[in-house]
Amino acid sequence: MSITYLEAIREAQARALAEDDRVFIYGQDVGAFGGAFKATKNLAREFPGRVIDSPISEDAMLGLAVGAAIGGMRPIIEVQFADFSTVGFNQMVNQAGTHYWRTGMPCPITLRLPCGGTSGSGPFHSQSMEAIYAHYPGLVVMTPATVADAYHMLLDAVKIDDPVVFCEHKLLYYHLKGDLGSGDRLAVGKARIARVGRDLSIVTYGAMVHEATKAAEELAGEGIEAEVVDLRTVKPLDTDCIIASVARTGRLLCVGEAYPWGGVTAEVVARVAGEGFNFLDAPPMRLNAKDTPVPYHPDLWAVHRPSARSIADSARRLVQM
Amino acid sequence: MAFVEAEPTIELLSVKALRFMLVSRVLDDKFASLYRMGKIHGGVFLSRGQEALSVASALSLQPGDLYAPLIRDTAGRLAFGESLMDPIRTYLGSAFGPMRGRDGNVHWGHPRLGMYAMISHLGAMISVVSGGLLAHRLQGRRSTVGLSSVGDGATSTGAFHEALNQAAVEQLPLVLVVANNCYAYSTPNNRQFACKSLVDRAVGYGVKGVEFDGTDLETCLRELGSAAARARSGQGPQLMIANLLRLCGHGEHDDASYVDPNLKTSQVGRDCLEVAIRKLVDSKTVTAEDVALWRSRAIDDVERAVAQGQREPGPDPYREDWSALSTEALVERNWPQ
Repeated sequence: MSITYLEAIREAQARALAEDDRVFIYGQDVGAFGGAFKATKNLAREFPGRVIDSPISEDAMLGLAVGAAIGGMRPIIEVQFADFSTVGFNQMVNQAGTHYWRTGMPCPITLRLPCGGTSGSGPFHSQSMEAIYAHYPGLVVMTPATVADAYHMLLDAVKIDDPVVFCEHKLLYYHLKGDLGSGDRLAVGKARIARVGRDLSIVTYGAMVHEATKAAEELAGEGIEAEVVDLRTVKPLDTDCIIASVARTGRLLCVGEAYPWGGVTAEVVARVAGEGFNFLDAPPMRLNAKDTPVPYHPDLWAVHRPSARSIADSARRLVQM
Repeated sequence: MAFVEAEPTIELLSVKALRFMLVSRVLDDKFASLYRMGKIHGGVFLSRGQEALSVASALSLQPGDLYAPLIRDTAGRLAFGESLMDPIRTYLGSAFGPMRGRDGNVHWGHPRLGMYAMISHLGAMISVVSGGLLAHRLQGRRSTVGLSSVGDGATSTGAFHEALNQAAVEQLPLVLVVANNCYAYSTPNNRQFACKSLVDRAVGYGVKGVEFDGTDLETCLRELGSAAARARSGQGPQLMIANLLRLCGHGEHDDASYVDPNLKTSQVGRDCLEVAIRKLVDSKTVTAEDVALWRSRAIDDVERAVAQGQREPGPDPYREDWSALSTEALVERNWPQ
């Protein structure tokens, strides 16, 4: 059965609520309204008292999640847009992220962040937050790119005893369809080879997996075979999978939708340079968004973020080096 | 007739409180001394002047309740039930302490036992207590009360506002105790807030607010006992503003030379410990000899505990697992290199 990425997130939460009495959902408009994106549609009715509307107070929402998690619950917190999680940032990185290490008591929170750009959303409803959370110890950061991963990784996130930042990409919500998959699932923290190729490795995550795959198809017409690595989680980072891919292709292009300074792509390049330097036939390359806030106008936005076209252009340059 | 456990009289409760206050004060003096001798890593933050409020906060709670003490709650932590070794081991960085040398000075707790380990960001613990209370509500344990302790400085934070509003919306049994000790580090009240009294804020949040004398033990016991009872009976959050003066620097590195001398001689400047002893002796509840005996026992206990703590090893960096995650499979063992 084919469902959307958003429906997968809704279904995963329904299953988590059904299977585990400790799970509850807390966030703005998540109750009867069903969430700004309808990711919690009908869940308040199906699970009375366990899908709770919060005031617009991201700090207090995440503080409450910490207390509830310590108190034996498994809170899922929906922040309406990832951008607004900056208001609750302190609770996540200083409270949730430090708790196990300081006290020996785990703090199992799932923080759902609708992230990434969509056309017309502008500077405050488009940001990619994975890098700043990944920077802090004590947090797991997931960036699912497929319908099956959105579903299964969200269930994993709820089961993990540590706080998980679940970066779900808004651009994929309605447009990406797929089935939930069957058979063996990749373990949490393992990357996936989304497309096999021999000429370069495009390492990416989230919505950029789809841009990279499109670019790879375009490049295939020119005789360039790009391998696409979907990181799935950016923390932990599956360095082995990345380096194995680079060992096969000799070239690394790391693509991220986030701002260019530091971040996931820089971490990947640093690790490949440090641990896989001998495998490189060309300097490792990064492609990110531009170093400005995310623009509102569709024409600006389309150029601000990496796209299949800019990825393909970078790949062509890289294979000529 | 059903058996009803008798409420302890205010006299009995005061005597119990006084003994914790004495231990707290003796421990403070010892920490100050160890700090000056260079025996403590990092800062030392004393509770002097706030013992009555602190102990009354903890004594208002029952087994199973939740408590988020803050920087000047040594008396309250002891009264909540922790061992005298806990603050000592934390300050000395003992590997056997609750924080195992990973965190120090005032940052310790026992979250499994309902006593949270504070972080330094002010106001941040309030919503954590609310989360514990919500967990209890969802688990069907409705009689729990949670008490969060903050100072006047924390009332200026967004976290304080968000958390008190949230607790009010959820009608949680939260007792929010504000020790208005006149200064946040060196910043006086008139640079911290512009309202006449912090208790005036209660109506804006839709919660019960009470302002009281934080230097008087009996007042603290009565007011906080009533607040906890109101919260337990479903009357929602309680904003409790206690006026007192910090009788020390922010930390022992701070000589507090900025404190207005007029405050020191005013009602808030009274030493709650001296006031409590005087009142309890005057009312013949205790004798001066009782107090002297308890103080000397406290000194013995503290000296013995410190000696024990000083014999204990610190954490071994080569045996430390250096993992901030509890899920072993997600720890990147070969990174960073």
